[in-house]
Amino acid sequence: MRNNYIAQAWLVIVLGLVFGGALAGVQAALSDRIAQNKLEEALSQIPALVPGATKEASTEVEVGGARVFRAGAASGQLGWVIPCGRQGFGDRIELLVGVDRGVERITGLYVLEQKETPGLGNKIADARLFRNQFAGKTATRYLVVTKQGAKTDYEIDAITGATISSMAVCGIVNETLGRLRAELLAALPKE
Amino acid sequence: MPDARTAAAETSSDGGPSAAERFLNGILPENPTYRQMLGMCPTLAITNGMRSAMTMAGAVLFVLVCANVMVSLIRGLLKPHLRILVFTLTIAAFVTIVDRLLAAYMYAMSKQLGPYVPLIIVNCIIISRCEVCAAKQSVPTAIADAVGQSLGFALGLASIATVREILGAGTWFGLPVLPAAWPAWVIMVLPPGAFITLGLLMGGVNWFLARRQTARG
Repeated sequence: MRNNYIAQAWLVIVLGLVFGGALAGVQAALSDRIAQNKLEEALSQIPALVPGATKEASTEVEVGGARVFRAGAASGQLGWVIPCGRQGFGDRIELLVGVDRGVERITGLYVLEQKETPGLGNKIADARLFRNQFAGKTATRYLVVTKQGAKTDYEIDAITGATISSMAVCGIVNETLGRLRAELLAALPKE
Repeated sequence: MPDARTAAAETSSDGGPSAAERFLNGILPENPTYRQMLGMCPTLAITNGMRSAMTMAGAVLFVLVCANVMVSLIRGLLKPHLRILVFTLTIAAFVTIVDRLLAAYMYAMSKQLGPYVPLIIVNCIIISRCEVCAAKQSVPTAIADAVGQSLGFALGLASIATVREILGAGTWFGLPVLPAAWPAWVIMVLPPGAFITLGLLMGGVNWFLARRQTARG
């Protein structure tokens, strides 16, 4: 009887149960805080993405199957902040895109997560070098990446040496706004 | 004198080295990075800055101490053919706890370290300490061993991260140390910089040890 499987493996089974229970406890204790961290990071960017909006007056809602933020102030809703993402050059790029109330202009862009090449593609996260130029661009037609210097409100200057990263960011913005535009407009509170 | 040195270096003799020997051995004579060449994956991947390197060293310290204590406590119950399974189970549980703690209390750092925290599970330093020390020796010795090895690992990471961060970004722990005119050598914070730095430092350590040995005759 000493050689049956339980006699051999009881320690593994007991440890598995004990550790499983401990991990369930850790997860139960910390999961709210971790979710809060993620939400907090997105919320803290809202004032920079939609001019005039405050963190306190903004809420997370579901529109067209996506989680988005109504960016607002005491006076009411000013715009939208939309989390979105797709594969870039190195890894998935996660963005927050701010647009005005009527989804006509982009008001800001923030890079939540990216693993693009340091020194080249990771400049997409740099406000001055790349992402500030999105504020003021049109949200009603597709953005186009250019290497000749942007002259119109739908052209975006590529980062030298990181055309793919630049195009990936524009692609995410185009795809997301194209998909959600009608739904966002429909979800606006009636005046 | 040579006898004492040999005894300190002997890791698998019956009875095993004392807690103090275990502790000191881990730091330099058996340094995980430079002498054992273990844990190379985090050594290469997260040494582009001091902050991430030291967070990784802290996470390894926590996991190694917990795993060594746990394994040492149950060492009398271990079945030889199931021991690696028990080690891995123990390590995986503590690594998951660290991963969740980082995500809850050091969110930005947790994002920066990315997959390298979960990968501590397969870090050979930890499983080798469970096997070499904790599965055979008492809890206090296992703790001393874990702390010593972790300090050695931290030292290894810090040496590489210092070179890479200063040359690659002109900063140390994020604080500027080189004049703004310094043209940051981007390659140093990229993967090739990790291999180049590790290779040169490893060569330096070997050269130094070989010279010391020759000098002693």
